[in-house]
Formats: sequence, C-alpha cells, structure tokens
Amino acid sequence: MGSFFRGIWNTKGQARWILLVGVVITLVFIVFAVLAPWVAPYDFNQTKLDGAKLPKLAPPSGTYWFGTNDQFYDIYSRVVWGARTALEVIVLSLVISIVIGVPLGIASGFIGGWFDRILVFVNDAIYSLPSLLLAIVFSFLLRGPLGGGVTAAALSITAVYIPQYFRVVRNTTVSAREATYVEAARALGAKPFTIMRKYLFGNVVQSVPVLGTLNAADALGTLAALGFLGFGIQPNEASEWGYDLSRALDDAQAGTWWPTLFPGLALILLITALTLVGEGLNETANPALRRRRLRPVVFPRREQDEERTR
Amino acid sequence: MSSASGSLPRYILVRLALVLPMMWVLLTVVFILLRVAPGDPVSAAVGGKLNQEALDARRATLGLDRPLITQYLDYLGNVAHLDFGKTISDNRPVLDIIKDQGGATLTLTLGAFLVAMVIGLPLGRLAGRYRDTSADAAIRVFGVVTYAAPIFWTGIMFVLLVVKLFPGWPTNDIASVVTKFEVTPKSHILLFDAALEGNGSAVSDILKHHVLPCLTLGLLLSGVIIRLVRINVIQAMKGDYVEAARARGISERRVVRYHAFRNALVPVITVIGLQVAITLSGALVTERTFNWPGLGTELIQYVTARDYIAVQGLVTFFALIVVVVSVFVDILTALVDPRVRY
Repeated sequence: MGSFFRGIWNTKGQARWILLVGVVITLVFIVFAVLAPWVAPYDFNQTKLDGAKLPKLAPPSGTYWFGTNDQFYDIYSRVVWGARTALEVIVLSLVISIVIGVPLGIASGFIGGWFDRILVFVNDAIYSLPSLLLAIVFSFLLRGPLGGGVTAAALSITAVYIPQYFRVVRNTTVSAREATYVEAARALGAKPFTIMRKYLFGNVVQSVPVLGTLNAADALGTLAALGFLGFGIQPNEASEWGYDLSRALDDAQAGTWWPTLFPGLALILLITALTLVGEGLNETANPALRRRRLRPVVFPRREQDEERTR
Repeated sequence: MSSASGSLPRYILVRLALVLPMMWVLLTVVFILLRVAPGDPVSAAVGGKLNQEALDARRATLGLDRPLITQYLDYLGNVAHLDFGKTISDNRPVLDIIKDQGGATLTLTLGAFLVAMVIGLPLGRLAGRYRDTSADAAIRVFGVVTYAAPIFWTGIMFVLLVVKLFPGWPTNDIASVVTKFEVTPKSHILLFDAALEGNGSAVSDILKHHVLPCLTLGLLLSGVIIRLVRINVIQAMKGDYVEAARARGISERRVVRYHAFRNALVPVITVIGLQVAITLSGALVTERTFNWPGLGTELIQYVTARDYIAVQGLVTFFALIVVVVSVFVDILTALVDPRVRY
C-alpha cells in the first residue's frame, strides 16, 4: 500500500489535478453526509414543524433554501440526507461485491479446469445482460424478504458489480499462478488454500482500488436509476435523490424547476467527482499510464559545507 | 481456430454455433433467479385477494406445483417456440405484450441511435483531426458530461427547457390522443402504421413526440461514439496509407474524409453492438421519464405488480435481444472487415 500512495504522489501533470478535484468534492459530500443531522434543518421525512405542515411546492427562499416539494419535504434537507444514503449504499455495495467477487476470482483462476470454465461462462452471460435490468430483477426478488431499504438496494447493485471483480481478479490470477514465487511456495509444500490466501491475494488485489472507485460512480448512477423507477429505497426508509427526481416528474412537465434541479445537481456532482477520482487513480496508480514527476536532486555543495565547518 | 482457412461462411457458422450455449446459460440464469429463488409467484401477485384453495388452483394451472426440473425443461421448450408464458396478474400472453408495445421501444432506440450517429460521428472526427486543440478539449468534455449525467435528469432538463421555451411541444407519450385514435394498429409500430395509411398529420405528430426521448437517449450514446471515433481517427491518421494519400497530393480534407475516417468506422460497428445492453438500460429509464408506452414501461408495471411470470418473460426476451444483436453485429463486422474472420 505504501508504494501505491507513493506512486500517486510522484505523478505529474493533469492526472494529479483530476484526482485532487475529485477527492475534494467527494470529501465535501462526505462531510455533509456525516454531519447531516446538524447541517440539515429538517429530518429526511419531516413534513411538519411545530404541528403545522410545511408549504407545498414553495419556491427557494431564505427559509427553504432549495424550496419544498409536492410531499411537503424541505428539498435542501432531502439533498443533504440523500448524500448520506448515497455514500452508505456505495460503500456497502462495493464491500459486498469485493468480498464475494475477489475470492471467487482467485479460486476460479487458481483451480482452473472445468470449475473455471463454467464460472467464466456464467459470469460472461450475466455480464452481457443490461446492468439496470439485472439490478431491477434483484430488487424485485429482494423486496419480499428485505423490504425497500438501504440493504436491499445495495445488494441489488452488488449483483451488477460482482462479475467485474471476478473477471479482473480471475485474469490476474491466471497469469500470476505460473509465477516463480507461486512455484516456490508449491515446492515448499504450501497447500492450495495457503497459496491463494498468502501468496496470490496480495498480488492480485492491486487492481481492485481503481476498479472500485470507477464502479462507485457507476453504482451511484444505478442506485438513482433504481430509485427513479420506484424500485430503490422507499421514501420512509431514507432520502434518495433518484426517488425525489421521479416524484418531481409531473412538476417538471408543469414547468416547476426546483424539485428536480437540486437533487439532480447533487447527483451529477457526486458522480462526476467519483469518476474524476477513478480516472485520476487509474492514471496515477497505473505505472503504464503514469507520467512521473521528476524530483530535483540536490547535491550538497562542497564549498558551502567547507565554509560552514569553518 | 487459428488454423482455419478464414472463410466467411465458416466464421458465420462458428459464431452461430456459439449462440446456443450462450442462450442456454442466460435462460438458466433467468430461471434460477426467478423460479428457484424463494418466494411464491402466485401469492406475490394475487395473494390477499384469493383464498388458499383458489391460490392452489392458480398454481396448478400455471404448472407451478410440478417439480422444478419439469418446469425448467418446459420453460426452455416454450422459449424455443417464442412462448414466454402468460402474466399472472392480468392473464395476458407475454408475446402479445411484446408485439403490442415492442414497436414503441424499437422506434425509440432506433431514433436514439440515429441521434447518436448524427452527433457523435462528426464531433468525433473533428476532435480527432484537431487533436489537443481547444475544440478537441471542448468536445471531449461534452462527451464525458453527456455520459456521466443520469439519463433521466437530462430528460427532465429537456422537458423543463421545452416547456418554458416552446410551450405546446409534446413532452410525453408517443402520440397525441387524436392520433392514437385515428391510426389503426397493424404492425404495432405506430410510425409505420401512420405512414402506411398516408396520414401526414399523424406522422408529423408522432415524429414530434419522438424528438425529446430520442435526443435524451441519443446523447448518452453519442458520448461513447465521440470517444471511439476520435481515437480511431487519430490512429488512422498515423497509418501508412494516409501518408501515401498525402504524398499523392490529395488535399488534407479528402484525406481525412475518404482515407482516415472510413477506416476509423469499422470498430464503431462493433462497439455499437456492445452498446445494445446500455441502450436497453437507457430505454427503460427514458420510457419512464417520458411516459413512453414501450416494453420498459410494461416491465416497470409488472415488477410493481410483483408478477413473476411477466417479469421472467420480459427479461428472457431482453436477454434474447442482446444475444441476437451481438451475433448480428459480429457477422456484420466480419462482412465489412476481412481481418476479423478467423
């Protein structure tokens, strides 16, 4: 991991700025997400204040910064709480797909043979399906046992990304399997499980962080699309931007702009930021694409040294 | 396969032979997901409305009380006959749904491809020819933004703009009520039917309704095309044949248009084939945004109604489309570019 960060630090040119801008915007969203209870004036499902209903579809003003929507929600509060939901789902879905996809990929690549063939074939078949369709099917299946909360949404999205980790890790494993260090381990009498866990794992997970950040942007898009179609997180569970946008469709047809503009802008900003982080990481952490920054080498000047000692 | 003679018929045969296992795996995956997974289709769709006996009777008529392996073989056999089952919630054959609403999805996606081409090809060529200039940078940013923006948000922003700037321009559905009433469905492709009847006002009404949805979906796809054409033009411009063309004294304009650009187009066909899955995902969302009466809208309704058979049938159909189009595109690429055949 140390070399990973050093690689980023040593990069020069555009890639650093892309990464920096992406990280800063993402951090802002994380801060808002963490501080949501203090930053948002209302709760995510709060429609009343001191017993009186909030106004319906009030335009943006000093009291309601982004206005209110047709469900009597304060849009600014919904946007802030939505950041929390978005990050929760992204983290959860990434963790689950890595935890399932990576070991499966290592096992498939290492064991090989029919086991590998079948897994690759099934994987490719799933991968060829439209990703949103797959997510819809899973949310359809999970709605019964899990309801319409963060967990169900994250798991539905996970189904889309497991094949990607599987594919990348499996391919790296296949080439690493024949490497000298694996042969050495085998010669020393290491069991297959030990080889996979101790020798292969550390070497094949290098590509996962970059893929993870690129997927994070995509996962957010999928979450919002699910929410927009009505199969994502239900409004009483948490605030979700995609759902808010679908509620505001009729308002848009009527020319009311604030219920769609603000959740949409938040969504695009976070997707773009995560994409920038992914692209930036890809260009800085990938030695093939990286352009190194040349550190000036400072030679000690002899006369100076001599003067100092005098 | 590397030792093959490289004949076109052989390539096509090999490619077609790979279709069946691919389809079989897809169908099996769909079946496992929707049938073997826990959850009872009948009580999910109509539970609460009927008593236990009636539920059991429904299960028996649908064949859901039989062993899974029988159901599985039946399912494969039925799909081979293009029978996707009958919906549980309203007892409608899924094939009828596909016939009735498929046309709207078809014209939407074809229109979107057209838009993507019209926007993507010239912009990609421009960016490739004037590489690393400000025009190139602007076009690349445009490509990234159109691809990153969620399609429904792009759609909503279009609606807001049109509602403010051109009041009266249609912003949802495929046609006005009058047009739908006038045109008798034959092929169920509304635009085609209206044209057959020679109903000019209906045709223009339907075309007007297509503009916003096709533009929205097309913009998403154009980003991919821009990126691809740009890179291919840059590579083609380095080719020996481009150098040779220049040496013969052909104007730079002709060199770009007839020598570099033509060759840059071949990979575009392949990638368009790969975009089918993305296009279908995009079409689902576009249809919801514009209240478009297509297959996406149907799927959304049946998912909401928790109708297992309908969802299974429609998902199966989408999977078939993806496989068929990818084979078709592979064969087309081989026809255009002899280097591909193996």
